[in-house]
Amino acid sequence: MGLESALGEGYLTTKLDALVGWARKNSLWPMPMGLSCCAIELMSAGDPRHDISRYGMEVMRFSPRQSDVMIVAGTVTYKMAHVVRKIYDQMAEPRWVIAMGACASSGGMFRSYSVVQGIDQFLPVDVFTAGCPPRPENLFNALIELQKKVEKSSVLDYRDRKEPIIIS
Amino acid sequence: MNSIIEQVVSGLRERLGDAVEDVREFRDDVIVVLSRDAIVDAATWLRDHEEVPFPLCEDVFGIDAYSRKQRFEVNYHFYSVTKKVRIHLKVRVEEDDAVVPSITAVYPGAGWYERETWDMIGVRFSGHPDLRRAYMPEDYEYHPLRKDYPLMGVPGSIPLPKRG
Amino acid sequence: MSEHTKTADDFFDTPLPTTNLPPKEQRSQLLQALLDMDPDISFDDPLENDMVLNMGPSHPATHGVLRILLRLDGETIVSAMPELGYLHRGYEKIAENETYHEFITHTDRLDYLQPLHNNVAYILAVEKLLGIEAPVRAQYIRTMLSELARISSHLVGFGVMAMDVGAMTLLLWCFREREKIHDIFDLVVGARFTTSFTRIGGIAQDITDEGLAAIRAFIDQFPERQQEGERLLNRNRIFFDRCRNTGVISAEDALAIGLTGPNLRGSGVAMDLRRDNPYMIYDQLDFDVITETEGDSLARYYVRLAEMKESVKIIYQCLDKLPQGAVHAREPKKVLPRKERIYTRMEELIHDFMIVNFGVNPPEGEVYHAVESAKGQLGFHIVSRGEGHPWRLKIRSPSFCNLQALPQMLKGHLLSDILAVLGSLDPVMGEADK
Repeated sequence: MGLESALGEGYLTTKLDALVGWARKNSLWPMPMGLSCCAIELMSAGDPRHDISRYGMEVMRFSPRQSDVMIVAGTVTYKMAHVVRKIYDQMAEPRWVIAMGACASSGGMFRSYSVVQGIDQFLPVDVFTAGCPPRPENLFNALIELQKKVEKSSVLDYRDRKEPIIIS
Repeated sequence: MNSIIEQVVSGLRERLGDAVEDVREFRDDVIVVLSRDAIVDAATWLRDHEEVPFPLCEDVFGIDAYSRKQRFEVNYHFYSVTKKVRIHLKVRVEEDDAVVPSITAVYPGAGWYERETWDMIGVRFSGHPDLRRAYMPEDYEYHPLRKDYPLMGVPGSIPLPKRG
Repeated sequence: MSEHTKTADDFFDTPLPTTNLPPKEQRSQLLQALLDMDPDISFDDPLENDMVLNMGPSHPATHGVLRILLRLDGETIVSAMPELGYLHRGYEKIAENETYHEFITHTDRLDYLQPLHNNVAYILAVEKLLGIEAPVRAQYIRTMLSELARISSHLVGFGVMAMDVGAMTLLLWCFREREKIHDIFDLVVGARFTTSFTRIGGIAQDITDEGLAAIRAFIDQFPERQQEGERLLNRNRIFFDRCRNTGVISAEDALAIGLTGPNLRGSGVAMDLRRDNPYMIYDQLDFDVITETEGDSLARYYVRLAEMKESVKIIYQCLDKLPQGAVHAREPKKVLPRKERIYTRMEELIHDFMIVNFGVNPPEGEVYHAVESAKGQLGFHIVSRGEGHPWRLKIRSPSFCNLQALPQMLKGHLLSDILAVLGSLDPVMGEADK
């Protein structure tokens, strides 16, 4: 290409969006917001058989300040919602949210007085994952779809206002 | 009725007299219905029973009988580890006066069950050292397991954080 | 004197600002010592008050969403108060609005480390209410699978406790074994994690020879795998020192506070409902009730390890004795008919319609049935008014009661001991919060 050949070896011209998107995509650190049953499947996702590290997102950080993507795994009650939101607020931008499982996505089978019927009522969600709980494979599917989304997002406005991804 | 339980029930009758209102048996479960004021006495007597001691208080929970005059019932389960038998006690209270003496002085383990009962049904326990709600937020107004409380709750009764 | 050898006295040369200071009698010991430039003063507690620390509800070591409020004196715990309710899902209210069959699915999510055991516990209570019993083959299959579930639950308890005190490898090994159990459930039940396997009067479907072979293959290799894990931990000085003499509770205290299951047996009380009030086929099986006398974290850990071995023993016996026959009771008005018969016979179609839409009609009354789950005594108390759904269903969940002992166990220990104690109590919040 023109510019690169003029500058010599070691130079690469690309869009900033593409470069940053590529870098972000491959270094997503999840914040495992393990609340209930899905948390066990989230742990299973990290076990020797499923091995979440294959996708470059195994660095589970329990400190929100070190993480980029919050995996809300489990039933969110009204009492817990404030805690989830507080942890989300502590995460540094850019940040994404995966609603893992039916409970986090919609309240699931718990139609009762204490369960929030979907975390999108108080959090911006990027990926909804079906399953009660989703198999680890389905979680990986969600993570890969999120990676695709992150890759395409813009540097200045990482949170595009498009519809969230729904993994069924 | 199991002979051990029979012995315990007749002992209870002897001890408490008229305070034993009813003894019911269904599928080998024996429920002794007591008057409210006798519960601490009965629990102490069961715990310190010489032949069949009941050292374990398994559960305390409330039932909303709703249509009955004495609206709330509180059930107690006691288990004898040595004789391997279980006995159920039950007291009934009216809605206006939903207070039951606490048995925490006899069975410290009943503390949390009584908190749960207060939270879910709204029966108070007099003499409980720390009668807070067990599950719902402390400033919550309702008692979810009452029959007049809807399954989906009262909208807006617990605030959610803003989406932002 | 060079720049780098300044002593503390040099820093004190500049007098402290004296404005806005409280009057002398109200000054704290620390402030007065600073003002007097007294380097020799010692304090019991430099802040002159206790520190209140909040642990959870989002904390990697609290097994979910448990919140513990701690009052600390330095690093020593003065008092601890667990707060629950962050996963309160309203099971008991949901149960009042669903038929007996519908609620089976909800029992999976109670103690989500051993869903099948909860299914069995619940269905036994319903069957007691209805006055029916499942056929022997179904009982054997239930027993076998609930023992598998017990192993899978203890594996997580084992692995997570090890992780909490610093042995990460073991968690991965335990999950490797758990995956094998999940594979068996996938094969036998049709779901790897949330099983919903039991039905009133039987089980969802009969077990195949392939399933039996898979179970046998698993338990053939499991003791060796368990040995591997034990070798890693049982002679590990760090693990040993952290768990021994932490969270000690005596047998009397344990009973008074309501501990059950391995936690109670760790204190030396040989209470096991499988032997004491045998249900299903436990009275025909040969197994030991494991007890330890120390009552500390290490004792509870040893009880769990040994119980896994007993479970393997039980599964072998079930496999050897498994009889042939039906897996559904002959109670057409209470047991869901088979699908193929619904499509071809009028009678079954009507029964299916009635059971699915209006539920089984139990008699009026109250029953309580408890089983020995991996966490302790899991009981269901059903109040029936003769309708298709329970009037009141009370879940006696072992984790709730076990957590109650936490303040007592933690008192006087160091902050870091919480992990060892909590890991050895092995609570599951789904069950504790209901």
